[in-house]
Amino acid sequence: METALAQPKSKMWGGGKSPFNVSYGKLMMWYFLMSDSFTFGAFLISYGSIRFSLNRWVDHNYVFNKFPFTDANLPLAFVSLMTFILIFSSVTMVLAVHEGHKMNQKGVEKWLVWTILGGLAFLSCQAFEWTHLITHQHEVLVDGVLQHWGTTTSHNPWGPDVMYHGRMVATPGPVAFGGYFFGITGFHGFHVFTGVVINTIMLIKTKMGDFQKRGHYEMIEKAGLYWHFVDLVWVFVFLCFYLI
Amino acid sequence: MSAITTAHAIDTHHDDAQVKRIWKAFWVLLILTIIELALGLTIYNLDKAATPNETLILGIKGVICILTLAKAFYIISIFMHLGDEVRNFVLTLGIPATLFIWFIFVFIFDGNSFRNLRNTDAGSRPYIEQVQQQPAPAMKAGEKN
Repeated sequence: METALAQPKSKMWGGGKSPFNVSYGKLMMWYFLMSDSFTFGAFLISYGSIRFSLNRWVDHNYVFNKFPFTDANLPLAFVSLMTFILIFSSVTMVLAVHEGHKMNQKGVEKWLVWTILGGLAFLSCQAFEWTHLITHQHEVLVDGVLQHWGTTTSHNPWGPDVMYHGRMVATPGPVAFGGYFFGITGFHGFHVFTGVVINTIMLIKTKMGDFQKRGHYEMIEKAGLYWHFVDLVWVFVFLCFYLI
Repeated sequence: MSAITTAHAIDTHHDDAQVKRIWKAFWVLLILTIIELALGLTIYNLDKAATPNETLILGIKGVICILTLAKAFYIISIFMHLGDEVRNFVLTLGIPATLFIWFIFVFIFDGNSFRNLRNTDAGSRPYIEQVQQQPAPAMKAGEKN
């Protein structure tokens, strides 16, 4: 140590120090999240590229206008509820991390439970939305024949309307919509699901007093980073699919 | 490892300030989201018109994109505490992330170029917009329910 300090050139990176002032685990969690952001980025940019290559896309305000227990036309309502749930669960997670800094086991447990509940609520909302899209059928005019289609990865009943026997009927829209929507929200939902699983493991370990014995709650911080990343991705999924 | 953790630990003096900061970030995110929703509904209503003002809609979409970037900044810097980390570490994440600027720019231009090529048979004919035998103003798909 003395000799290492004597050489000013290798002071920072000469060993015995943490140049970034973070532990290895947290550092690698950050780099994993960066690589994951490139995966999501690739999906979303590919979606943007396909949207720009087509003359018509679907109008999201008409595709996503369903709210549970009502048939009213409510564009943006349900997805804003999902967004609020996820932002709120992000806050409860950061409060759990904060209680961990104070070594307050009960506080960590309380806020982790809220975070897990938020994650489960989000997943339930997504399950509802998917079920509604896939099973709710719409009248479509396909090659001069009226059919009834749900929104799936192979069927898109949200194309432009045409006149058919004196009334307006929808035509098939771009097939890519279903693939991108279910693919990207599905991949995000999978992240939420793994986040809930990780948080549940963290809750069990907290309850067993593992972190109290270890002397720090850094695992909660790492799980928290992952959970916030899930929220961060949703901000962009929300933008790309529901707002613009 | 524990030395690093204790270095990050907050003494009770800063405790209230930190909790306040977290809730402030929450309210900022909530308000930004509500503004985004209001703008989204504005687009929805503008779109209903017979001849929507496309420039205005594009401008609103641009504003929504900027608000989204602000939200992302708040989540990363406050919730993920990246704002409190060492500068060099932040740069190892920030510099690779600038690749996104290139990605978005290039791939969206590529998509747009592909559309133009298809519409004009690679520039061999002028583009005539196909209004599929529908009387203008067209009804939006799904408006009936």
